[in-house]
Amino acid sequence: MTATAVAPTPTASARHLAGTPTLVRLALRRDRVLLPVWVVALVGTLSSTERSLEKLYDTAAERADVAHDMNANGSFRALYGAVYADSYGALTVWRVGATLALLAGLMSLLVVIRHTRDEEETGRQEALSAAMVGRRAPLTAALTGAALANLALLVLCTAVLRGAGQSTAGSLAFGTSVALTGMAFAGIAAVSAQLTENTRLARGIAVAVLGVAFVLRAAGDAARPAADGGSHPLVWVTPLGWAENVRPFAGDRWWALLPTAALAAGCAVLAYALAGRRDIGAGFIRPRPGPAHAPASLAGAYGLAWRLQRGTLAAWAIGLAFGGAVFGGIADGAKDIVGDNDGTRDLVRRMGGHVDLTDAFLSTLIGLLGLICVVFAAGSILRLRDEETAARAEPLLANAVGRLRWAGGHLVIAYLGAAAVLAAGGLAMGLSYGITVGDVSGQLPRVLLATLAQTPAVWVMTGLAVLIVGALPRLTPAVWGLVGLVIALGWLGPALKLPQALLDVSPFAHLPKLPGADVTATPYAYLLALAAVLPIAGLTGLRRRDLG
Amino acid sequence: MNTAISVSGLHKSFGRTHALDGLDLQVATGEVHGFLGPNGAGKSTTIRVLLGLIRADRGDVTLLGGDPWRDAVALHRRVAYVPGDVTLWRNLSGGEVIDLYGRLRGGLDPARRADLLNRFELDPTKKGRAYSKGNRQKVALVAAFASDVDVLILDEPTSGLDPLMEEVFRTCVAEERDRGRTVLLSSHILAEVEALCDRVSIIRNGRTVESGSLTDLRHLSRTTVRAQLTGPADSLADLPGVHDLRVDPEHTVLQVDNEHLNPVLRRLADIGVRGLTSSPPTLEELFLRHYRTEDTRPAAESAAVTR
Repeated sequence: MTATAVAPTPTASARHLAGTPTLVRLALRRDRVLLPVWVVALVGTLSSTERSLEKLYDTAAERADVAHDMNANGSFRALYGAVYADSYGALTVWRVGATLALLAGLMSLLVVIRHTRDEEETGRQEALSAAMVGRRAPLTAALTGAALANLALLVLCTAVLRGAGQSTAGSLAFGTSVALTGMAFAGIAAVSAQLTENTRLARGIAVAVLGVAFVLRAAGDAARPAADGGSHPLVWVTPLGWAENVRPFAGDRWWALLPTAALAAGCAVLAYALAGRRDIGAGFIRPRPGPAHAPASLAGAYGLAWRLQRGTLAAWAIGLAFGGAVFGGIADGAKDIVGDNDGTRDLVRRMGGHVDLTDAFLSTLIGLLGLICVVFAAGSILRLRDEETAARAEPLLANAVGRLRWAGGHLVIAYLGAAAVLAAGGLAMGLSYGITVGDVSGQLPRVLLATLAQTPAVWVMTGLAVLIVGALPRLTPAVWGLVGLVIALGWLGPALKLPQALLDVSPFAHLPKLPGADVTATPYAYLLALAAVLPIAGLTGLRRRDLG
Repeated sequence: MNTAISVSGLHKSFGRTHALDGLDLQVATGEVHGFLGPNGAGKSTTIRVLLGLIRADRGDVTLLGGDPWRDAVALHRRVAYVPGDVTLWRNLSGGEVIDLYGRLRGGLDPARRADLLNRFELDPTKKGRAYSKGNRQKVALVAAFASDVDVLILDEPTSGLDPLMEEVFRTCVAEERDRGRTVLLSSHILAEVEALCDRVSIIRNGRTVESGSLTDLRHLSRTTVRAQLTGPADSLADLPGVHDLRVDPEHTVLQVDNEHLNPVLRRLADIGVRGLTSSPPTLEELFLRHYRTEDTRPAAESAAVTR
C-alpha cells in the first residue's frame, strides 16, 4: 500500500472525545466486580423488602394502618421519608426508596471519582492521555460507566416491581428516580473531581453534598407529615427530596424528575467546562508549599497518623455535628405530630420501648449517627492497608518503628476519633434540642451520653476492621461489605421484622435505645470485650505476616 | 573481618513463586557491596527480609549481629533504607518527611541535612506529588545520608536521577564509606557498581551465582567491538578469545575476552579500519557470559549458545 491514510480533520468535540470507547471498556473491566455487587445489593434490597412487606401486611386494612402509623412518626419519616399511599408498591418505595436513591448516589460518585481524579492522582491518566485520548474522554468514560450502572438499576428496579405485579408506570417512575438521582451525584462528583488534586478531598466533597442532602431531606420530612400537603421546603432543596416527590404508585409525578435531570446535566456541563480549562493532574484549588522543617509534633508513628488523619477526623466531626444539630432542632416537633393519636403512640412505644415519643425520635437518630460513624472508623483503619499497598509503610517500617506502633497510631485515631466524632454529633444534637425545649442543662448531658453510648458498637466494627487488615489483608474489601451490612440491618432491619438472630449480627442491635431506656451493663461489657479482643487478634496477625 | 550482613541459604516463596531459592550474601563492615541482578531476581525480596518486613521461610539471616525479624526495631535505629520507588504522603512536604525519617532513626545531623539539600538541589517545601520521580528519590536519599546510622541499604536508589545528581550520589556513597559505614547497593547499572563497590554479589532466579571483588568478575567479561573495515574480516575468527563474529557488508561485530583484546585490535588495524566503537560488557552481557559457563539449562540449548 503506497497511499498514506490521512485522517479527516476531526471536529473539536470529536478530538476532545477521542479514545472514549476504549476508556469505557477499561472502566468496565476494572469495575467488573464492584459495579455488579452494588447493583445486585441494591436491587436485592428492593426485592426482599417487597416480599417481606407482602408477608407482613397482607390485608388492605393492615397496610392502611401501617401507612398511617408510619406517617405519624417523625423518626420513621426522617429515616425513610413520607408514605404517600398504602399499596404494596407505595409501601415498598417508601421503605427503601430514600435508601436506594442515597446509595445510587454514593455508588455513582465513587465510580466517577475512581475513574477521574483517582486516575490522575496516581499518574495512570497521564500515560493514557499520552495516547490518542481526548481531553474530555476520561470524564466522558467515567460518566458513561456511572450511567450504565444506573441504567442497570433503572431496568432491574422497574423489573422487580413490575414482576411483583405493580403498575408499569409506577415501577418505571421509581426506577427512573433512583437512576437519575445516581446521575445527579455522578455529576456532582464530576465537578468536585475538577476542583482539587486530592482524590480523598474530591470524594469527601461529593460525599459531604450527599450527606447534607440526606440530613436536609430527613429534617424536612420529620418536621412535616407530607402525605396530603406539600413537602417541607427543606425536602425541596435536595435531590433526595426530589426523588421522594416523584411519589411512585401515588400519582407518579414525572415532573419531579426534571430538577434531578437538570442538576445531572448542569453538573456535567460545568465539569466539562472545567475539565477543558485545566492541566491534567492539576485542580483549581492550588496546593500550597509546606514547611521546610517538620514541626515537633511530627515525631513518631503517632504524630504521623494524627497528621495524616486529622483533616478527615475534623470533617467527620463537623458532619456529625451538622446532622446532630439539625435533628436536635426538629426533635421536639416529632412529639406534636403523634401526640393526638393513641394508636401511633402505642406503636412507637412498643417498637422503641419508649414512653416518651421525643426520646424515641432522638434514640432513632442517635442510632443513625452511630451507624454512620462506623464508616469513619472503618475508613480510618483501612488507612493502614492503604499505606501498605501504596508502599509508604515499607520505608516507614524500615525505620525504628515497630509494626504495633505504626498500627497503633491509626488505631488510636480510629478508636478515640470515633468517640470524638460521636461526641461532636451528640453535643450538637443535645445543644440544639436543649435550646428548642429551653432545657440545655438537662438535655445536653442526656443526649450526649446517649450518643456516646453508641461507641462500644462502633468499636466492635473498628476491631473487626483491624482483624481483617491485620490478619486477613486479602479480604480488605470485605470490610466495606460488613459495614454496609451493619448499616442496612440497623436502618432497614427493624421495620422489616427480620429474624432476631439476623438482626443480632449487628453490634448495634445489642445496645439499649437511649435516651429513655433502661441501661444494663451486660451488653456494654460484651461489646467492649469484643472491641478489645478483635484488634488484639488483628495486631497479632499483623506482627506475624509479611508486609506489602 | 567483621560481617555487617550475613545471609546463607535464604528461601522465600510467595504462593507458588520461589522468589528466593537458597540465596547467600556476605557484606563486611565498612565495605560498599554491590548487589546485582536482573529485574525479578530477588534483590528487593532479600532486602525486605533484611529489613524484617517479610519473614524468611528458611535460612540464616543476620544484620549487625541481630535477627532482622525479631530485633527489627532495635536494628532499624542503625539502618537507613532507600527504596527504588519512593512514594510520599501527599500532604507532607519533603522537608517534613526527611525530618520524620530522621527522628524515627538514630537522629539527623542538621548541618549535613542542609548541605545535602544544597548538593542535591532539592526544594524541601514541595509536597508529595509535586515532586518528580527523581526528586522523590532525593528526599529519601537526603533522609538516609543525613541520618546517623551504621548501615545504608539502597535498593536501586538512583532510578530517576539525572547524571549530575548521579554524580552527587556517588560522592555521598564514597563519603559514607570513608566514615566507615557499610553500604549495600542494589543496582543493575554496572557503571555505578563499578565506580562505588568493593565487592559485588550477582544473583539470578533467587540464587547467588557469583560473589567477589570486581577484578574477580572482570575475567568473566568481554568487550563488544563494532567496526567498519576496508578489507575482508574473515581472519578475525581464527584469533583466540573471539566470539560471536558477525560480518555483513556494513559492519563487523564481535565479542572478545578482555585479556585477548590487543591481538584483535592489531588485526583490525592490519585489515584497515574506517570506523570503530567498542563497548564494555553491559550487565546483561555479563550475565549471559556467566550463564554460558555455569548454567543448568539443557545441554542442547547451552550448546546452541556457545557455538
